[in-house]
Amino acid sequence: MANASTGSSSFLANLGKIYVSYTGAFIGFTILLAILEQVGMPNKWIGYCFVFLTIFVYAYIGFLSRTMEISEYYVAGRSVPALYNGMATGADWMSAASFISMAGGLFLAGYNGLGYVLGWTGGYVLVAILLAPYLRKFGQFTVPDFLGTRYEGSVARICGVVVLFCASFTYIVAQAFGIGIITSRFLGIPFEFAIFAGLVGILVCSMLGGMRAVTWTQVAQYIILIIAYLVPVVWLSTKKYGIPIPELTYGMALSEIGALEDKLNIVRKHVAPFVDAAGQFSWTEFNNFWALVLCLMVGTASLPHILMRYFTTPNVREARQSVAWSIFFIFLLYFTAPAYAAFAKLEVYQNVIGAQISTLPAWVQSWSQVGGLLTINDLNGNGILEVTKYAIAGAVLDLGEIRINQDIIVLSMPEVAGLPYVISGLVAAGGLAAALSTADGLLLAIANALSHDVYYKMIDPQASTKRRLIVARTLLVGVAILAALVAGTRPSGIIQMVAWAFSLAAAGLFAPLVMGIWWKRTTTVGAILGMIAGFGVCLYYLIATHYFAMPLWFGIRNISSALFGLPVAFLVTWLVSLVTTPPSPEMQDFVDSIRVPRGAVRGVATSHD
Amino acid sequence: MDNRKLTEGQAQAHWKKTSTLMWTVLFVWFIAGFGVHFFAVQLNQIVIFGFPLGFYMAAQGSLIIFVILCCWNSSAQNKIDEEFGVAED
Repeated sequence: MANASTGSSSFLANLGKIYVSYTGAFIGFTILLAILEQVGMPNKWIGYCFVFLTIFVYAYIGFLSRTMEISEYYVAGRSVPALYNGMATGADWMSAASFISMAGGLFLAGYNGLGYVLGWTGGYVLVAILLAPYLRKFGQFTVPDFLGTRYEGSVARICGVVVLFCASFTYIVAQAFGIGIITSRFLGIPFEFAIFAGLVGILVCSMLGGMRAVTWTQVAQYIILIIAYLVPVVWLSTKKYGIPIPELTYGMALSEIGALEDKLNIVRKHVAPFVDAAGQFSWTEFNNFWALVLCLMVGTASLPHILMRYFTTPNVREARQSVAWSIFFIFLLYFTAPAYAAFAKLEVYQNVIGAQISTLPAWVQSWSQVGGLLTINDLNGNGILEVTKYAIAGAVLDLGEIRINQDIIVLSMPEVAGLPYVISGLVAAGGLAAALSTADGLLLAIANALSHDVYYKMIDPQASTKRRLIVARTLLVGVAILAALVAGTRPSGIIQMVAWAFSLAAAGLFAPLVMGIWWKRTTTVGAILGMIAGFGVCLYYLIATHYFAMPLWFGIRNISSALFGLPVAFLVTWLVSLVTTPPSPEMQDFVDSIRVPRGAVRGVATSHD
Repeated sequence: MDNRKLTEGQAQAHWKKTSTLMWTVLFVWFIAGFGVHFFAVQLNQIVIFGFPLGFYMAAQGSLIIFVILCCWNSSAQNKIDEEFGVAED
């Protein structure tokens, strides 16, 4: 024990040195592979090196962080400095959807796709002002812990666990799916096996060390994913415009795209807001844009795997700073994504459309050989690639003679920029880091809720520390296998599943969390009924529209179903609270005590480990 | 841990300032997250360095505002906590 804690304090004191050396080593490794590529190392081996070496590093960090202490396992000993918690949150947050699909989504949908960029960043403002510092002051282990304490009893706790499970499980299935796609492509094994291979990668990070291990691997994963995301697009920006800042130069790309759209008679303009397929302003698109932005923002502030990261900082002040760091690290990727989309679109309009099909750029030829992601079909047989339409069908852009899947935009960028294959391997490693880190965070959120909130708090409060940790680890493996099995059935698209998870969390958790802190009058009955009503409406709309072809309400798509659940949750909580007995003075004192950083949490019996 | 309890009046004043900060940040968040983009069509008429302004705001401008907002909120709330002596030691 003494050794472990001395070991961890010297580790914490040297964090900067450790991660700078790690970054240096990773860059050195990439350069080494680049040299090996030049002397003739086959591409396949470069892919293997990136996938296996990075997973090995994560596993090693996970092994070093193994722990048998409850507070280390659940909240990393509450010792994670703001900056590092920010990076870990960044990796926790940015998943396969952000890394692989988002830039592609912007490529397809132009302005309308920016709803994702806005929604997935703006939510952190809500986390910072409404929740994070107060949850940190409360200082237990999980989000349902807060609900169970504030709304005295097991009913609120179990409602919280149900919402947490539904949202996080939907999300993790999407991640397992993404991991399967990357692993199968770069290791050349069938999708169903690849999911389980990826699963091993997830479990080695989280099983032995819980939150502590996940935190330090997530920091390592953030570093890899951000390098991998920025390198190709910075390179391309330098090559095209001579300035290595893509966020500045893609304005020129946008102008060129505009000119080419006119020339090619593409009616749906890249920069035109709220347009339908015909390029006309549409109220349906307008309303859906706002609905999506709102649901993603509120969902951000409700997803337990994100909120629980703020339980790990040493104090309230650092929790608050750590939200600012989180959004900064996330911002680095998100404000680059529109540049990716613009450069890719310009490349397609400039060098692919109108070209002889026999002399297409090399990247088009290599990607058209990968199953169905890019297909070319010379409809009129004149040997020249022409645009006949601009139609979006799911994740595919159909331009008539060429069909492009959104997922290749990021993955093909190294080849578009004419970079060596080693950069493709780097991007694969980045995508894998993004998917693994999010899957780890989600898995831990679910397993912790089940082991801490259900098993320890409800089934066996006398359980020993050892037994609690064994239960936590068993559940972790169980949930992971279940997620992989469901992902193996390929239930739906990645982005769609992820958006559902946001809506479910937003409708079920946001109202009780926010009102519990900001309105002392919120009563137990009010909060419970509010959660059930909000979550119920959201779930009903989602299932009825997705599986039973129920007509959409006001044309709002079901990825934004929290638009209906959220107001219902607030309204029911408010009205029922007004007609039920106000919370006891002790409970009001409890709320007062979590509103200030200093001092103990008062008013209710809380068990500290 | 320090268990000194604020007087009722101090606690209320602290929470009032905190709430005011919260509503201010929420207001800016609403403008940056929604308000500006209501006028995206009109803003797109203005083009700077190739960027139509409406597009730029949604792709980057609002994001920059969110980051600054979170940093500012963090330091402003710290000042409030220090003013009332409720910051951590």
